[in-house]
Amino acid sequence: MTDATTYQAPNEAEFSDYVALLKPRVMSLVVFTALVGLIVAPVHVHPLVAFCSVLFIAIGGGASGALNMWYDADIDAVMNRTKSRPIPSGKVSGNEALAVGLALSGIAVMMLGLSANWFAAGFLAFTIFFYAVVYTMWLKRSTPQNIVIGGAAGAFPPMIGWACITGGVSIESLLMFALIFFWTPPHFWALALFMKEDYHKAGVPMLTVTHGRPTTRRHIFAYTLVLAPFAIWLGLTSIGGPIYLAVAAVLNALFIWRGWQVMRRTDEQSYADGHKAEKSFFKLSLIYLFAHFAALLVQHWVGV
Amino acid sequence: MMALRIEHELHTRRKSRNIGLLVVLLAFVALIFGLSIVKVKTGSSAALEGFDHQVRPALLPRESGVEIQPSENPVAAPGTPGAEQGARTAP
Repeated sequence: MTDATTYQAPNEAEFSDYVALLKPRVMSLVVFTALVGLIVAPVHVHPLVAFCSVLFIAIGGGASGALNMWYDADIDAVMNRTKSRPIPSGKVSGNEALAVGLALSGIAVMMLGLSANWFAAGFLAFTIFFYAVVYTMWLKRSTPQNIVIGGAAGAFPPMIGWACITGGVSIESLLMFALIFFWTPPHFWALALFMKEDYHKAGVPMLTVTHGRPTTRRHIFAYTLVLAPFAIWLGLTSIGGPIYLAVAAVLNALFIWRGWQVMRRTDEQSYADGHKAEKSFFKLSLIYLFAHFAALLVQHWVGV
Repeated sequence: MMALRIEHELHTRRKSRNIGLLVVLLAFVALIFGLSIVKVKTGSSAALEGFDHQVRPALLPRESGVEIQPSENPVAAPGTPGAEQGARTAP
């Protein structure tokens, strides 16, 4: 290679660009919820096995993120929030991202099977398929319910963590799934209400674009109502208890109240105060999920 | 005009990639090693011995509370000390 040719390729990737392909921020949610699912499960495993299980679940989640970036490179290039991602910015080629995604998917699934069990590994493979194919390829560009169904992919990690230890599915793990599944739509729709994203230009049918903002507000409130019973129900299972129930009761009441406030507002009010209620609902949604899973951990350790 | 540097910026980026990959691979090797130790220490001996697909009575799960008694009418494999001492070699 001559100096001239090296100079013509100034966008060669750094290591951190490959890390960025794995969507580290999304991965942190996957790690936390999978870890909680794994710790609160009723069987003890060696800490290294637990660590490896969470690591390979995280790598699997990251791999599906890389596959998502490969497929959605055209959308990412159009939207402001995503145009600096490794593929649209030209640092990593689409084929490289595809290779990284597929290779890491294979490694994560095989290693989870060897370190934990093959049921959990199969579950992880299904989750990667669900996010990369069902959500990214089939639903994201075709239905405004993309967030709702795609949310399932983000809700599987605590179930996989639980399956790593128990080798199966139970009501506790299903309710942890339901908690994230019904939390995802109001969380993202609140974001869509105050983030000026060009979903329309990118060809992504977001509910705010297809059905309008008032409908989105009503949907947000409806989901807070649907979510609450599942959050409380989780507290009545073997992994729940008074600490979790107290946290869930307070947060769900608050979530429903803030959801009600978001629904009652008009867009004029919203723009007038810089989307204050929507932003505070979004922040609360972050605290809501973190606090529920943290409460499960505390409940497990305190064991009241 | 940009000053000439001994190391091109491109090489710095390549170095970050190579070192990153080295760290990941070393960590992976360490992880597999640690995991192997844990699996050997905590796993059942039957799971390890069974990998050669040879059925041995010692590997079969034993019913709880049932003690295996020596046979009253033992059968010895041909050519073994038992057979030479006059034990039956066929049922």
